[in-house]
Amino acid sequence: MKAPLSWILDHIDVPAGTTTEHITDRLTLTGLKLEAIESPGRDITGPLVIGRVLTMEAEPQKNGKTINWCTVDVGDANGTGEPQGIVCGAHNFKPGDLVVTVLPGGVLPGGFEIGARKTYGHLSAGMICSSRELGLGDDHDGIIVLPADAGTPGQDVRPVLGLDEETIELEINPDRAYALSIRGIAREVLVSVEGASGFRDPALRDTPPADDLGHPVVVEDAEGCPVFVARRVSGFDPSAPTPDFMVRRITAAGMRPISLAVDVTNYVMLETGRPIHGYDADKVRGALVVRRARDGERLTTLDGTERRLDPGDLVVCDDSGIIGLGGVMGGETTEISGSTTSVLVEAAHWDAVSMYRTGRRHKITSEAGKRNERGVDPTICEAAADRVVELLVEHGGATAEPGVTVVGTPPAQPVVEVAGDLAARVSGMPITEERSVECLRAVGCEVTGSGTLSVTPPPWRPDLTDAQDFSEEVIRLVGYDRVPSVLPTPPSGRGLTRAQQLRRRVGRTLAGEGFVEVVSFPFVGASDLDALGLPADDPRRDVLELTNPLSAEAGSMTTTLLPGVLRAAGKNVGHGNADVALFETGTVTLPRHAGPAAILPVDRRPTAEELAALDAALPAQPLHLAVVAAGDASSGGWWGEARPVSWADAVEAVRSVTDALGLDVTAAAAEVAPWHPGRCAELSVDGEVVGHAGELHPTVCQAFGLPKRSVAAEVDLDLLISRAVHLRQAPAFSSYPVAKEDVALVVDAAVPAADVEAALREGAGELLESIRLFDVYTGDQVGEGKKSLAYALRFRAPDRTLKEGEAATARDAAVALAAQQTGAVQRA
Amino acid sequence: MSGPNTDYDPVEVTPLKADQVEAMREAALAAIADAADLDALKQVRLDHNGDRSPLALANREIGALPPQARKEAGQRVGQARGAINQALAARQAVLEAEHEQRMLAEETVDVSLPTTRRRRGSRHPLTLQSELIADLFVAMGYEVAEGPVVEAEWLNFDALNLGPDHPARTMQDTFWTEPAEDHVVLRTQTSPVQARTMLTRKPPIYVVCPGRVFRTDEYDATHSPMFHQVEGLVVDEGITMAHLKGTLDHFASQLFGDGITTRFRPSYFPFTEPSAEVDVRCFVCRGVDSASCRTCRGEGWIEWGGCGVVNPRVLIACGVDPEVYSGFAFGMGIDRSFMFRHGLEDLRPLFEGDVRFSSAFGTEI
Repeated sequence: MKAPLSWILDHIDVPAGTTTEHITDRLTLTGLKLEAIESPGRDITGPLVIGRVLTMEAEPQKNGKTINWCTVDVGDANGTGEPQGIVCGAHNFKPGDLVVTVLPGGVLPGGFEIGARKTYGHLSAGMICSSRELGLGDDHDGIIVLPADAGTPGQDVRPVLGLDEETIELEINPDRAYALSIRGIAREVLVSVEGASGFRDPALRDTPPADDLGHPVVVEDAEGCPVFVARRVSGFDPSAPTPDFMVRRITAAGMRPISLAVDVTNYVMLETGRPIHGYDADKVRGALVVRRARDGERLTTLDGTERRLDPGDLVVCDDSGIIGLGGVMGGETTEISGSTTSVLVEAAHWDAVSMYRTGRRHKITSEAGKRNERGVDPTICEAAADRVVELLVEHGGATAEPGVTVVGTPPAQPVVEVAGDLAARVSGMPITEERSVECLRAVGCEVTGSGTLSVTPPPWRPDLTDAQDFSEEVIRLVGYDRVPSVLPTPPSGRGLTRAQQLRRRVGRTLAGEGFVEVVSFPFVGASDLDALGLPADDPRRDVLELTNPLSAEAGSMTTTLLPGVLRAAGKNVGHGNADVALFETGTVTLPRHAGPAAILPVDRRPTAEELAALDAALPAQPLHLAVVAAGDASSGGWWGEARPVSWADAVEAVRSVTDALGLDVTAAAAEVAPWHPGRCAELSVDGEVVGHAGELHPTVCQAFGLPKRSVAAEVDLDLLISRAVHLRQAPAFSSYPVAKEDVALVVDAAVPAADVEAALREGAGELLESIRLFDVYTGDQVGEGKKSLAYALRFRAPDRTLKEGEAATARDAAVALAAQQTGAVQRA
Repeated sequence: MSGPNTDYDPVEVTPLKADQVEAMREAALAAIADAADLDALKQVRLDHNGDRSPLALANREIGALPPQARKEAGQRVGQARGAINQALAARQAVLEAEHEQRMLAEETVDVSLPTTRRRRGSRHPLTLQSELIADLFVAMGYEVAEGPVVEAEWLNFDALNLGPDHPARTMQDTFWTEPAEDHVVLRTQTSPVQARTMLTRKPPIYVVCPGRVFRTDEYDATHSPMFHQVEGLVVDEGITMAHLKGTLDHFASQLFGDGITTRFRPSYFPFTEPSAEVDVRCFVCRGVDSASCRTCRGEGWIEWGGCGVVNPRVLIACGVDPEVYSGFAFGMGIDRSFMFRHGLEDLRPLFEGDVRFSSAFGTEI
């Protein structure tokens, strides 16, 4: 809310010498946070004075323009009292006029410095200003001609133009709708600023009594519209200008002046907080009727939009049909225009929830709607309407017609029981009951009783419904800044959970392995999944769609972290960082299509079954880990050649994680997008598939701007962490000598090395300490379609030195089993 | 190099004459001293101390001497050989030391060569910031609670006193999911974790919940559709705003430096009552001569987050008896805290994945 300070101070007195900053500091500390203090003249410095044009001589120029060479009386403002010679290009003034003159040394908005300069053959010492040059508006048709009684030459013109007028912009929280008005802010100044007094309530006025002479109104839905007040003026002069003060205040408050009739309704809304609607009375046919819309009804609102109405919308009708969306926006057919001479003024109280729903449904945000949906004082409809009538009469030459229509009565205020010591208990401050009562009365509550207080909130505070709400009122007036600082004493905590610790361990491990962590948005689109080459029936295509995504290209929650990390890697490569290794951990969203998550009651704890059903209705959201690497794994240099990344780096990255978690992972060939069909490992722990790793498919690399042979992996980190070894056993190892045996086995190229190794392990028996594949050979010596695998086997007994030939026997057994299980033939 | 035994007079065995032995010894010692390297010394050893060396041969002649002369001759030869062995060992040690020194000198490398052969990894600064904050609270005895980011509407809103028509729902522009009748949202705040915590634990509850949250904000220098919050919740007997203030003052001093405190301003959140905005004292200017401070932009305070006393309505919906227990809650932006703590003006590098950004923070912040 932007509020001109002078307007606030029309309704409240503050001690002499109170600065604007003091007022805004106090308002900030009691809950109306200062956003900005603005004044139109803040960018103007130096002498800006009233000048009287003494002479002006039109001088046509060669460039076709005609300039006026003027002498201007600026009093003593120029230090000499002599007339000031000024060249002016405008023509909308004459000798004797009072004009706005900036003298040399002055600076106008935009850092425009004024000096005495030679131009058009004269020494022009200053400038006669237009509105635009002063930052007061776009009017540049001519210079400002001040009213004849504006003041005397040489006098500072700032107060005359309202350039010093300060406007304070306050952030208003949704519970403080009353502060969306000068009335509410002035009341806050009263309770916040020490010494403030003399609150003059703009909504407190004698209003003519209701009668049945006014415009007929029928309210069919009293719940939706508890109070409807109608007044009427006639003989209004549609050409009457809006007075300057009103234009300035409305503009400062952030609204656009339109015409006197409209400006008056806005002015009264800003002043009292009560939205007003004005109809062109001559266009209204018969009685006004307030009801809910019927399905399918339509209305073209003031903004020119034709809207299909909902049965929940409150509408105002006349004999012609619907003429307005009650409390939200009027209709076109009865709009006040440049020829309106009779105005029907509506000040009605509307149901806030209806207002909120209608605004949301039709996507209308208006100043009126903003107030109506947050809650307006229902008792001030008559006063607000009367104020509108007063202003139309005063400034528009209108006549107030007899007749005051008032339908309905404001709802009664609830009485809330509040413990007298509640504020003390909530705040931890020694606030007495007396102090609490004093504060509550200060904000407008009626308070009776003691021990347990019976508190009636003022009608402008619909937000005060619960006992605790009143404690906030007390505490903010006592002062949030007085709340002491006391540390509570929690019971001994259990520290991080095991899973939380392991997640950190995984991150540190990967960072140690040279991977850089990234954080991506979890949004994905079909084009991303296409880029991964996912087949149509891939389960990762079953995504949770967002109703209102920021972009249609990424309109769903992702089922895989790969698009995010691949995109990030591609971006790095694009930035010239060809060697890149990234990882990301994050949840993915796997829909379960398990139906709605119920909206449960809030007046009790949900049952265990209700909670379980709620969780079951949500998608599964396992934590995944993805890695990607491109370019060189280790760079080349004086030490030797670079080593490009290979599929094995992706597997190894996962292995570094499983090692850190104390898990053994096994790899088996798989064909899964987005990987190279011949270079993709399905990774398992204890027979359960945990993810995939390998070289990316060349088309995927291309799609993400990555070099060929880039590699990636994605695993279910929750699954790995759930299987992590909790308690590692201490190892026992032998100090007897080791016996080494090497074997080279020839197998079909398609036989996985892992199978051969498993057979060797099993065949070698208990004496085998370790086995290591140290060479893989394909070529002429082993024949087409074959490969040779060379293993180093180490044997050792826990309790003795091996006997001669014992290791060789074990080796032979290993080879025999490998031969049986994998067709391996020992290479001569 | 014994000469021929021309005159078989044992006493007259030439090689065993004192002056002869002395000459052999001198010759050997001179050769040892002259040996320039280990190879030369090896040859000297063969020549003067080997099986065919003059002294070795002379030694063989001792047996030819009459018994009374053998002792003396034996001693003479023995002494000479002893001296030679000693000299050889000493020379060997010297030459080995020289050799090693030379070898080491030859092996000198340019240690200023670059050694970075492997990439350096790093963790994301927001992860580090989250962990740092979690650790501060764990040190106080809190636990770290978690919940899903795709959340039930009821837990994100209704359970937190944000009914379906609450104007505050529009304060948080929510991502909704299809189908709408499923009532599932991307959580707009970490507060549903508070509700979950109260629904699954009995007081006393002291938890913090760091996590990702979502709002339909267009992505720019200061807005992101996804950001990170840390929320704290305490539910215990006799909890007051003073405890909230004490906790946040402690949090502020731990995160921003000794003596950094907080300021409360009245605010509005449906799930707390009373509610407050928390400002943290600018840790750069500390509120002194703030006008030129770029961190707080002249305010002396930095907007940090929101907090308040848990609304009894929330306690009721979550099965906690408000007659027995009270609580406080607070929430701060992790990204925002990171930004002003580390002087980041545009948040987008946080989510762009450029390794130059994360690498600058390594594995600790």
